[in-house]
Amino acid sequence: MMHETARLGLWHAAYVMARRDFRAILFSKAFVLFLLGPLFFIGISLVAGTLGARAAESAAPARLAVALPQAEAAAFERAYAYLDRAVNLPPMRAVPVDSAHDSTRLLADPAANFGAVVTGSLAAPRLIGTEERLESWRGEVALIVAEAQGGGSGAIPDIALEPTKTSVATQRSARVATATGAITLLFLLTMLLAGMVLSNLVEEKANKIIEILAAAIPMDAVFLGKLLAMLALSFVGIAVWGSLVLVGVAVGGAALPALPVPAVGWPLFVLVFVLYFSMAYLLIGSVFLTIGSMAPTVRDVQTISMPATIMQLAVFFLATFAMNSPGSPVELFAAIFPLSSPYAMVARAAQSMAMWPHLAALVWQAIWVALFVRSGATLFRRKVMKSGPSKRATKAA
Amino acid sequence: MLTEAHAIPPASRTSQGPLAIEARGLVKRFDETLAVDGVDISVPEGAIYGILGPNGAGKTTTLRMLLGIIDPDEGLRRVFGHDRPQEIARLIGYLPEERGLYPSMRCDEAIAFMGALRGVPIGEGKRRGRELLEEHGLGHAVEKKIRALSKGMAQTVQLLGTLVHRPKLVVFDEPFSGLDALNQGKLERMIRRLAEDGTTVIFSTHVIHHAERLCNDVAIIASGKVPYAGSVDAARDRIPAQVRLETRRGDGEWLRALPPSTERESKAGGGHFWYFPLPETGIEALMRDLIEGEAGVLSFSVERAGLHDAFVEIAGEAAARALEADAQGAAA
Repeated sequence: MMHETARLGLWHAAYVMARRDFRAILFSKAFVLFLLGPLFFIGISLVAGTLGARAAESAAPARLAVALPQAEAAAFERAYAYLDRAVNLPPMRAVPVDSAHDSTRLLADPAANFGAVVTGSLAAPRLIGTEERLESWRGEVALIVAEAQGGGSGAIPDIALEPTKTSVATQRSARVATATGAITLLFLLTMLLAGMVLSNLVEEKANKIIEILAAAIPMDAVFLGKLLAMLALSFVGIAVWGSLVLVGVAVGGAALPALPVPAVGWPLFVLVFVLYFSMAYLLIGSVFLTIGSMAPTVRDVQTISMPATIMQLAVFFLATFAMNSPGSPVELFAAIFPLSSPYAMVARAAQSMAMWPHLAALVWQAIWVALFVRSGATLFRRKVMKSGPSKRATKAA
Repeated sequence: MLTEAHAIPPASRTSQGPLAIEARGLVKRFDETLAVDGVDISVPEGAIYGILGPNGAGKTTTLRMLLGIIDPDEGLRRVFGHDRPQEIARLIGYLPEERGLYPSMRCDEAIAFMGALRGVPIGEGKRRGRELLEEHGLGHAVEKKIRALSKGMAQTVQLLGTLVHRPKLVVFDEPFSGLDALNQGKLERMIRRLAEDGTTVIFSTHVIHHAERLCNDVAIIASGKVPYAGSVDAARDRIPAQVRLETRRGDGEWLRALPPSTERESKAGGGHFWYFPLPETGIEALMRDLIEGEAGVLSFSVERAGLHDAFVEIAGEAAARALEADAQGAAA
């Protein structure tokens, strides 16, 4: 008896809503615009690329390790100090000469952040590092060596170059670029989707169907259904874009530049990106839904959604800023604050190999999604579902 | 919050049978505004029940509380014995005052969606939707999009969506507003048919004649209070029936049989009209006095009070004027 008469359960009702919204939006003009979104993304990413480059530059600069005999190292340091006043030299640090025997380990030490190692002797210097770094620093090192040798002859000594595959500094810089790209992509996708979910709710208000929904199913289910429908649509969009990218890779793969590998590796990074994208969207989407449902008119929806949009931008900038200082209080705050958490954590996935913080963060974000949806539904019931104010204005006793 | 006076006894029955809806002491405030102030309502199963009052009286808020869309600040409501009406949502159909459908949906899809919200599988909902549309003369519109329908047709589709899950209780908020006379007549017939099939129908209205024609029972609501809830007949009986008497003679002992409030109107060609409330002694005693007193009775009629008169008597002149203004506004 109860089963036949009871209201639909939360998830069943959310499915009914999601199914309706999914079908309605999939065949709408709004979805076509959503699919064209990447064009918008390309434009924005040109701007964001500049920001990313700056962020990569501002990441802890790579240092030059000096592994020379003690007297020569001292001469090198004096020459460095002399030239540094006139030339922009990379920061340097002297290391014990025997450590140069394992320059690969030296270059892989994340705490030292070395970009290259000068070793051998002043008479026959060798520079060990990535090709890119060697190309960039060989001139500066030759100048310093010439100055350390006495500098009188004016001849620039030959530096023997010994390229390695990578260095921590190069890797870190590349990962910062990956993190920046991921945050920017996350931001743009969530903004597009949150805008769509808001338009969808505005349509619902204009259609005056919201009271029918409120009478039949839990308001939480209405909110949840709308959020999930849009999320499913975004996956359709991602599948379309992903397919196009795969076709692009298959056709011109050799011509495409190699992407820097994130710390957790590409498969895991793609997985956590999708998960954080879902969370970022559900979080901001539930905020937008609450705002949309609370606003009495369509115009009010647009007006009061502005602060939420500004907040979203602030969250984006916070996460971009925080990723440059892993482990700092700012980065920790960005990882904990619910709205910035997905952005900060996706940046972490690009830069750090530890996986357990992602599990904790996803659970934390899911709790906030549930809280936002519940609060939005409660506010809607309390503040919106009432008749127009009575002219009687009888004061409550 | 809940006082003894608000407690609903376990046996939700009246002399008319079990109750579909029972509410005691419902109170709802919105910020500083007291929207509903201690409403008591009892709706017997299978009844057609009207909530009559002007706009802003608290009708919609009362219905929303009865349906569980909003919770009362005080008081209790019980629908088919359940304290939480949402728990039996599949037994209830609701047509809100502000009608709404998705314009991009086809008629059968719209009905099926409304059914799905109340637990009817989509395929079954579409099938029932097509049947209902055929039954109500809209078979040609099954595949039409809602945006292509006239306002009256769209309202009918929404009404059918309210009924697709075969509810035991149907709640209409101002169902006649916006409908032309033809569609109002169709809706009245539909409501009567629902009641004949055992469905309880409760609707709010500010048009007295709809309530008078359709309802067994009414609640009169004004300024958030319900000064009267009961049968339409009992409401009308609160005002004594009016007697219209026509006599040849204008004097005599028989005049003592007429109450002091009697109004007299003399006819130009002779004879007199007398207007007065039917005395408590009844018609037979009055007639005997008139005949024995040789009043020369030319005509005699008793007119029962209408619901409008009852409304004025119960809710007051101001509420009645507001009700008339709303009805005129809706008609315009």
